[in-house]
Amino acid sequence: MRHPLPPEIESLWTLFTAPVVWALHFLACYVTAAIFCAKPGLLGNDFFALRTLIAGITLLSLAMIVVAALLAWRQWGFGTGDPPHDDPTRRDRLLFQGYATLLLSGLSFVAVIFTALPAVFLTECLR
Amino acid sequence: MSAQPEPTRDKATEEAQLRAVWAKPTGWRYWTSVNNAQVGLWYGATAFAFMLFAGLLGLLIRAQLAVPQNDLLSAETYNQVYTLHGTVMMFLFAVPIFEAVAIFLLPPMLGARELPFPRLGAFGFWSFLIGGIFVCGSIFFGVAPNSGWFMYPPLATSEQAGIGADIWLLGLSFIEVASLAAAVELIVGIMKCRAPGMRVNLMPLFAWYLLIVAGMILFAFPPLIAGDLLFELQRMFDWPFFDPARGGDPLLWQHLFWIFGHPEVYIIFLPAIALLAMIVPTFARRPIVGYSWIVLAAVGTGFLSFGLWVHHMFATGLPQISLAFFSAASEAVAIPTAVQIFVFIATMLAGRVIFSTPMLFAMGGIAIFVMGGLTGVMVALVPFDWQAHDTYFVVAHLHYVLIGGMLFPVFAGLYYYYPLIGGKHMSDRVGRFAFWLMFAGFNITFFPMHLTGLRGMPRRVYTYPADIGWDWLNLISTMGAVVLGIGMFAVVMDVTLHRRGKPRGEVNPWNAGTLEWISEPEENWGVRSIPRIESRYPLWDQEALARQVNAGDWYLPDAKEGRRETLVTSVLDAEPEQVLRVGGTSYVTIISALTLGTVFVALTFKWWIVSLISGLAFMAAVLWWLWNGTGDIPEKDGKDIGHGISLPLYASGVKSVGWWAMFITMTGDGTAFASLVFGYFFFWTVHADFTGGIAGPGMFWPMMALALFALSWAATLAAREANRRGKLAVAWILLGSGALTSIAGCAAALAGPLTTGMDPTAHVYAAIVWTLVIWAALHGAMGGIMQLYCLARSLAGRLTARHDMELHNVALYWHFMLVTALVTFAVVGLFPEAL
Repeated sequence: MRHPLPPEIESLWTLFTAPVVWALHFLACYVTAAIFCAKPGLLGNDFFALRTLIAGITLLSLAMIVVAALLAWRQWGFGTGDPPHDDPTRRDRLLFQGYATLLLSGLSFVAVIFTALPAVFLTECLR
Repeated sequence: MSAQPEPTRDKATEEAQLRAVWAKPTGWRYWTSVNNAQVGLWYGATAFAFMLFAGLLGLLIRAQLAVPQNDLLSAETYNQVYTLHGTVMMFLFAVPIFEAVAIFLLPPMLGARELPFPRLGAFGFWSFLIGGIFVCGSIFFGVAPNSGWFMYPPLATSEQAGIGADIWLLGLSFIEVASLAAAVELIVGIMKCRAPGMRVNLMPLFAWYLLIVAGMILFAFPPLIAGDLLFELQRMFDWPFFDPARGGDPLLWQHLFWIFGHPEVYIIFLPAIALLAMIVPTFARRPIVGYSWIVLAAVGTGFLSFGLWVHHMFATGLPQISLAFFSAASEAVAIPTAVQIFVFIATMLAGRVIFSTPMLFAMGGIAIFVMGGLTGVMVALVPFDWQAHDTYFVVAHLHYVLIGGMLFPVFAGLYYYYPLIGGKHMSDRVGRFAFWLMFAGFNITFFPMHLTGLRGMPRRVYTYPADIGWDWLNLISTMGAVVLGIGMFAVVMDVTLHRRGKPRGEVNPWNAGTLEWISEPEENWGVRSIPRIESRYPLWDQEALARQVNAGDWYLPDAKEGRRETLVTSVLDAEPEQVLRVGGTSYVTIISALTLGTVFVALTFKWWIVSLISGLAFMAAVLWWLWNGTGDIPEKDGKDIGHGISLPLYASGVKSVGWWAMFITMTGDGTAFASLVFGYFFFWTVHADFTGGIAGPGMFWPMMALALFALSWAATLAAREANRRGKLAVAWILLGSGALTSIAGCAAALAGPLTTGMDPTAHVYAAIVWTLVIWAALHGAMGGIMQLYCLARSLAGRLTARHDMELHNVALYWHFMLVTALVTFAVVGLFPEAL
């Protein structure tokens, strides 16, 4: 049977996946809104369209974070081992990486929602 | 694996060799040492001295504000005093002290002999010292910067700012270079120089924090360097980046400054928390609870801190939706910050706490920090901030955060780690006395400022009238400051006087569990032999480890070849990969720092010729340094490090630490470049027609420059391949022609704005185009010099088919250069056409 998840990557960088998604989401929201408000007409004049766009970026980002979390959960052995993961073995190192990545995915998920919230409440480019 | 001593070894001879190789130079040559123990100590002592100086300035501020209508200081002097107080505390104490602590502690903590680039570390220290003295000294001539520590234009670009603004910009740029050097050193050190077996799940938390902080430095400092560059171009040559009359905008400075400034707060705070993460488990007598949660907090805070910068700009009239994004992120960062506090509380609850002096400072710091965090959550809300902005409420908030989150932890660290310096202990009695004075003094000083702020007192005012309800609050603050000052003075006395003639005590008086407590303060070699680590707290869990290490039973216990060596290990599992030879004692670091320092000082006074000459001298010094001190071809391929392991002495490409250093440096460089590009688009957003009707550089020359740089890039890659196959002549031709093409590329780059007659003083569009093009051209020229350097190395036989580290590093540089050229010329050449 083909596995739905991609093969495991062993690297330090996977730890940063979810926060990087947060950072890109943050930048996308900020830059889009800034250009929308500074250059009327360039991205349209309808603030509702801007909010929809931000909603779209947000959903996409959340989905990416969920995927990162799934991969992390797998690296953590689907929660079969409990922390602290402090044995001097490759297995415990992997479990630690998975667990830390999973935690960061959770934080990034919440932080993305935080960032998107203003678009729920604001309805114009007030200065 | 056990550490069995091998019978045939003559340990006494080994130890003598090792001691000789790592010996500190004596007499005045002591100052040419590059060893982490000396450099770390100097660095720390210097930062501490700057802190005391800035503390005195703080007391002057309080003395001036003690009573209404005071004229103790003149208004101009007062402006200089508070500007320097903030500047010195932030740039010359808060950031450098952690570079200092890290340089001093990391090698023994990671079980390394030395960090990978000791000379770079020493260069960083000397740069810091020279830049710091330059900036601090200015106040004695009455020319210190006087526009506040964040130097807002138009005030700071105006005539009133005087030469002080240049001193600030150039002096601090120089120190920022030192910070970037430290970041390179720390990242490579933590990733590649850990003791065998110290996998990422066993790394001391201090190292985790420092890794994140060094990464943050790479993305936070370059925007400020870019900002400084624009600022200085305006002050020196009247390029109007921040002048609205000619299309500029002062807000760009605020963006660039705070993209640096807010992460900086966390760059200061995280290492302090890192110290607590070492101290708390020791005195709770158990491993930390929630190791992974600390990693979450460090990484999470590191990232989120980059989404906060606009909360310093809530009152600048940006669209509310922009403000709201930053407000949301500012609230979100409270989550990972609080996680760390809860981890410490949990660790203390789960253990049996010993309330030693370091622990007192740690707990006091956390209590103060939490208070500052709470007011932080308040000022992160836009409506509240509009009320409190630029008042003493903010002054109170930032001092609660910085003193609680940084100064108290540093003092905790001082008391905790002092035995590692010479094996002597600080006085417990004095420590407790000082702590209570400082804790009480701090709160008496800064708590009333919340109220003065809410009563409307703006920050930075020189004096105030008597009848508006600020006077008694200010008087209380001043009295508190005196108490705080006495507390600090007690610590200073303890450090400087009390120690003399005291007998050497135990090196590990706290019975701590991490590796740095093995080190022998009398020895300069870091560790006698490099152990295999199997625990987060090896001294608690690996019995006899200290004895075996100090008896030389572990890896690399000798220095037969008379070279300073340390181990390079893999990133994730710390498997031994290479024996790295590091640089030893040398003058070249001091000479490099002096010549570069002279460049910056001479620029301040517009002594063009002096700065040109010292710039050339700096380049010569660096080339000499590289030629003689790096990329040595070893006399043999490998070395036996004991226990049946033999490792190579040379590595190139991804496996070499030099490659990583280049990668990291260029990431920082790329961030500075991105900040300039941000500036270009920023000007585009603030104007209907951002070109101001000026003709751009056209398409031909930018595209020509791009093509030439791309060719030069290709030549470099081809040269690397040719060299690898042993076709030296082909490689020489490729390198030579690559350098020529680079020079042609530089000329083509400059030809664009030159041929269309763009005048950088006329309008900001011309100024920013020139800036980008010059940036690309300078990098191209540097790339050309690197190609010629490789050519020379190859001709001299110092670069061969197998020993080709330099070529790999230069090729890596050219990858970054290609991206720089692509972005630059697409932006200046194509973007205006696309509009």
